[in-house]
Amino acid sequence: MAFWIASSPHNHNHTKTPNLMRLVMYATLPGVLAQWYFFGWGNLIHIGLAMTTALLCEYTVLSLRKKPITHELLDGSGLLTALLLGICLPALAPWWISVIGTMFAIVIAKQLYGGLGHNPFNPAMVGYVMLLVSFPLQMTQWQPPLSLVTVDLNFINTLTTIFTGFTIDGYSVEQVRTTIDGITMATPLDTLKTNISLGLTVLESISNPVFGNNFSLGWEWVNAGFLLGGLFLISKKAIAWQTPVSFLLSLFICSLIGFSLSPDSSASTMFHWFSGATMLGAFFILTDPVSGATSNRGRFIVGLLAGLLVYLIRTTGGYPDGVAFAVLLCNMSAPLIDQYTRPRTYGHLKGDK
Amino acid sequence: MSNEIAPQQSHDVENADEQALLTQASAASAARKAEYKELAIQGLWKNNPGLVQLLGLCPLLAVTSTVTNALGLGLATLLVLICSNITVSAIRRWVPKEIRIPIFVLIIAAFVTCVQLIMNAFTYGIYQSLGIFLPLIVTNCAIIGRAEAYASKNPVGKSAFDGLMMGLGFTIILLLLGVIREVLGQGTIFDGANLLFGDWASVLRIEVMQLDSQFLLAILPPGAFIAMGILIALKNAIDNHIKAKKVVHTEQVIERVRVNFDS
Repeated sequence: MAFWIASSPHNHNHTKTPNLMRLVMYATLPGVLAQWYFFGWGNLIHIGLAMTTALLCEYTVLSLRKKPITHELLDGSGLLTALLLGICLPALAPWWISVIGTMFAIVIAKQLYGGLGHNPFNPAMVGYVMLLVSFPLQMTQWQPPLSLVTVDLNFINTLTTIFTGFTIDGYSVEQVRTTIDGITMATPLDTLKTNISLGLTVLESISNPVFGNNFSLGWEWVNAGFLLGGLFLISKKAIAWQTPVSFLLSLFICSLIGFSLSPDSSASTMFHWFSGATMLGAFFILTDPVSGATSNRGRFIVGLLAGLLVYLIRTTGGYPDGVAFAVLLCNMSAPLIDQYTRPRTYGHLKGDK
Repeated sequence: MSNEIAPQQSHDVENADEQALLTQASAASAARKAEYKELAIQGLWKNNPGLVQLLGLCPLLAVTSTVTNALGLGLATLLVLICSNITVSAIRRWVPKEIRIPIFVLIIAAFVTCVQLIMNAFTYGIYQSLGIFLPLIVTNCAIIGRAEAYASKNPVGKSAFDGLMMGLGFTIILLLLGVIREVLGQGTIFDGANLLFGDWASVLRIEVMQLDSQFLLAILPPGAFIAMGILIALKNAIDNHIKAKKVVHTEQVIERVRVNFDS
């Protein structure tokens, strides 16, 4: 009898891919519900569209590649990609935005590289960045929170806006985004950026209704929802805590430095935490086990880098939010970071090869 | 007798010689035909400078955002490639091996200057939209590669044909990329063809589909890379398909009775 000698890890918990993907999808629920409560049906419709497209695309590519279709189609990774992309899109974007984005994410960013486990970049973020670069107009038409919208955005109205560009009463997306005063509302991050470039101070711009009473109306609760889901994932050990903690820490430190140097022209630390895609990126995007770093120290470094990049893009870059770009840049550098943060092999001394 | 026979014989010999010459000539012409055919296949498909050698990627990816630009650059490259191949081949006996590369570059630069001046004079619009990529033809590896690898070792006729085929292969890939990117990006084909061919060519413009908003990715450089990758994949798929069709199963399965200790 011979001992079967296997390499580490020796401790398996036998979690299958579909189970993990389902868990992550459940964990997005608080955030998605908050999004539904504050911004209406738009994102849910986009998630549905994206999921349908993802299944169709994956089915086509898998049958072209002669792969086991049911096994790979139902592992949930494509659906999760579609879900994340649907969450990121502006609620009233036209329907083809989510269709094209998902097609690009599934076919080019995932399947052309070899399918799940072989993609160097996070597919949802590749799709998002492709959309943002290709269709800047549609991708920046963010819908303000429902409480600020004068048009009644119920399910039917949202549906017709997404598919035809107009509500039933004939309001266009531009009109929906316009206040009674005739000013187009944007996201808090966008508003802040524009105001600072116009020479206003942070305090002056925070009086804008999109900021609400705390940090940013609606967005803070969406982010809190994703924070809750992320903590649930960490407690279930579905994701490593290093990435989100170091990411949030890095963003906190960067914004703290900015805020203490010039409080008039930089937003508070909590504003950076609870607006835009911060929490979604921290817990659901950066922690992607395929495209992120794999060692614990590597995850820590990736998180730090991502936080710094997000802060730099938000304050000095051309786009109001930079989570997607930061994630892609970090994915690019993850293999290199992994190379230099290889954990010490058990029984070897430090620096011993 | 012998006297009578001799001329006959010699005549026969002459005949035989003639026949031999004829067969030789026909064999030579067949060989030449085969060689030209091979040159064409190499240039257009097997060794296509755009798809297989991946030479001259810089202009290939940069200017193919519209069909007109692609065609303009393709024609310019084709002309320069033929002329430089002919010249390099014609002076190949007198060029010292040690300094051949600078001489090739000088020759190519001379022709590029000619083409650039001609385009500046007659097709000013396309000259402007091609910008720096027109003079950059000098550094196009496809051209100097053909000069070095083929024209400097082969006679003028073959070199000219090789230049024509390689240039055509390059132009076809440029055009394909241009069509893909222009249709996806703007929904048109031959937008601005009048810049290249004169005013009558504005009728060439085809509106394939009406797009409310441009698909910027197709027009931006990443779109060129993605389209190029898909074209290469398509070529490889076709090659594999042809290969799979050609394979004839000649191996005979020999069945042997295996004798194992278990049995």
